Amino acid sequence: MEKFEKFKGLVLPLDRPNVDTDAIIPKQYLKSIKRSGFGPNLFDDWRYLDPGEPGMDHSKRRINPNFVLNRERYQGAQIFLARENFGCGSSREHAPWALLDYGFRVIIAPSFADIFFNNCFKNGILPIVLNAGVVDKLFQEAEQPGYSLAIDLPEQTITTPGGEVMTFDVDDFRKHCLLHGLDDIDLTLQYRDEIEAYEKNRKKQAPWLFGNPV
Amino acid sequence: MSAKTLYDKLWQQHVVRESEDGTCLLYIDRHLVHEVTSPQAFEGMRLAGRSLWRGNANLAVPDHNVPTIDRDKGIVDPVSRLQVETLDRNCVDFGIQEFAMNDPRQGIVHVIGPEQGATLPGMTVVCGDSHTSTHGAFAALAFGIGTSEVEHVMATQCLLQKKSRSMLVRVDGRLQQGVSAKDVVLAIICRIGTAGGTGYTLEFAGDVMQALSMEGRMTVCNMTIEAGARAGMVAVDDATLEYVQGRPFAPRGELWDRAVNVWLGLHSDDDAVFDATVEIDANMLEPQVTWGTSPEMVVAVGDVVPDPAQEPDATRRNGMEQALRYMDLQPGTAISDIVLDKVFIGSCTNSRIEDLRQAAAIIKGRKVAGNIRQVLVVPGSGLIKRQAEAEGIDKVFKQAGFEWREPGCSMCLAMNADRLQPGERCASTSNRSFEGRQGQGGRTHLVSPAMAAAAAIAGHFVDIRELN
Ligand code: SF4
Repeated sequence: MEKFEKFKGLVLPLDRPNVDTDAIIPKQYLKSIKRSGFGPNLFDDWRYLDPGEPGMDHSKRRINPNFVLNRERYQGAQIFLARENFGCGSSREHAPWALLDYGFRVIIAPSFADIFFNNCFKNGILPIVLNAGVVDKLFQEAEQPGYSLAIDLPEQTITTPGGEVMTFDVDDFRKHCLLHGLDDIDLTLQYRDEIEAYEKNRKKQAPWLFGNPV
Repeated sequence: MSAKTLYDKLWQQHVVRESEDGTCLLYIDRHLVHEVTSPQAFEGMRLAGRSLWRGNANLAVPDHNVPTIDRDKGIVDPVSRLQVETLDRNCVDFGIQEFAMNDPRQGIVHVIGPEQGATLPGMTVVCGDSHTSTHGAFAALAFGIGTSEVEHVMATQCLLQKKSRSMLVRVDGRLQQGVSAKDVVLAIICRIGTAGGTGYTLEFAGDVMQALSMEGRMTVCNMTIEAGARAGMVAVDDATLEYVQGRPFAPRGELWDRAVNVWLGLHSDDDAVFDATVEIDANMLEPQVTWGTSPEMVVAVGDVVPDPAQEPDATRRNGMEQALRYMDLQPGTAISDIVLDKVFIGSCTNSRIEDLRQAAAIIKGRKVAGNIRQVLVVPGSGLIKRQAEAEGIDKVFKQAGFEWREPGCSMCLAMNADRLQPGERCASTSNRSFEGRQGQGGRTHLVSPAMAAAAAIAGHFVDIRELN
């Protein structure tokens, strides 16, 4: 996983609540057995006017000029501004993969769905929860062309172009993993002995949890 | 010792270690695997040279991509086929038990877990699928995970988790004739909203939950995720034990007795404190129909499509307007005037034997309406299909003009060939009415199996309480 550094990025606003992971990456692309290459199909149904299937040359498809992702001024955006309950629905990790592949590193919303929120951290995306009033203000300000925010994860701050500094919360452990690009599995395997001890004890108490029919 | 909720008990029994900030290493008893969210995890294991922590904790089944017709011809779509074959190969390579596509036990992952007794009370159950909440019906702590976590469970048999808050959802009273578990859960989602359960684990209790069969409880727990909560659960009682006993993976003999002793403690203590409580009066509950692109956009069948102009909150109003546009509906339209093109009876929400029986009971001796282009009935597993056939239910469906298919996810999410065409409107017993969920441009209305069957016969929504 790539380390998360501080950076300044262009903001792309998507003004609708309850954006689900089916919308973020439609099901036909879930047939891929890879982790990468989902960027061209991020928001596929909203972004293109013609139906998409895996394996197509997506650069040749008809784009929906009204969809925010296709506007010239938002090209190269790295910060995604969203409304409440972003990422609800299916647990597909293809959703953060698609956002990351497209270039987003930060998502700001008043609330996220739990599984999506969790999946973001595992892939080096920082999801930031701000209160609805602040998010609303950011939506208004993001109408200015070239609106960018500076994100500082170590300091947990967001700085607006006007110099306003806001702080945000992030779980210490997740912050640590993001900053160092750490793999959870290696961290957990440090506790191998404890897992084995738990397992041994549990097997005594509840042996029925450990056998399958033969 | 202070009083504990069921969730507290399940949590505590599975904590391997806890760090200072409250992050816990939680032991996972059962990992269910399907073809869509696992290939990248297996690939990650291979790249890192890791092996499975405990092979027999895993059980795999292909369900999302499998065809529901002409199985003997294999999977036509090469991309779907590759995904299913990749699962087959991964299961062989890593030594995981799999019910492959042509195994009689194959079915939707959340249907076969309980059916096989692979889901047991007191377990932690995870799967790379948000509807893993289904298994909570057995007083298990069950939740959906992403692919990185799938890999984490495979390699360590644990997950890194922080405990969530607890919410008690009490459904008291008595359901009217024709009102089912599906209506109960839609009403719960309507009350607390699709984000209302975010950060919580739900426990469903009350007269109605106790009176529901295990199938009904699974329907309710299944849609917990649609209320924003990763996990929902119901305490153990006689119905739980009766369902589990004799299942292939369930303990037997002396082990069964020991297990039952432990399982009978799987309920919240009388004076346990929840962080939030929601109470629903079931006496007043009517059959529910969703009108929008989120499961919280739901009304009773006797109601009309709501008017966004009445919604004071701007973001919500905006969401409603977008939903109505997509659904091509006008505010004020009576739900019973909504005319349908297709009907889907299936999915991990409503594809169990009881669901099929309820649907069949409604349509016996009737025929599908002229305007309905297709009615799919997709049993949740091969064993359910056989059971239904033994009961003659398949004939009832076929005589009515419904199509009787092979088990799988099918048109719940349209990853296989079963899907809506753009603009088509469908009454569906599945769990998500998102844009494009059942096929690009398709429009989904979520209902119970009985309501779906009745709509197929009438061609539009009808209040099943008024039938017969
Ligand atoms: S039936 Fe639908 S909701 Fe259930 S696992 Fe399959 S795709 Fe997911």
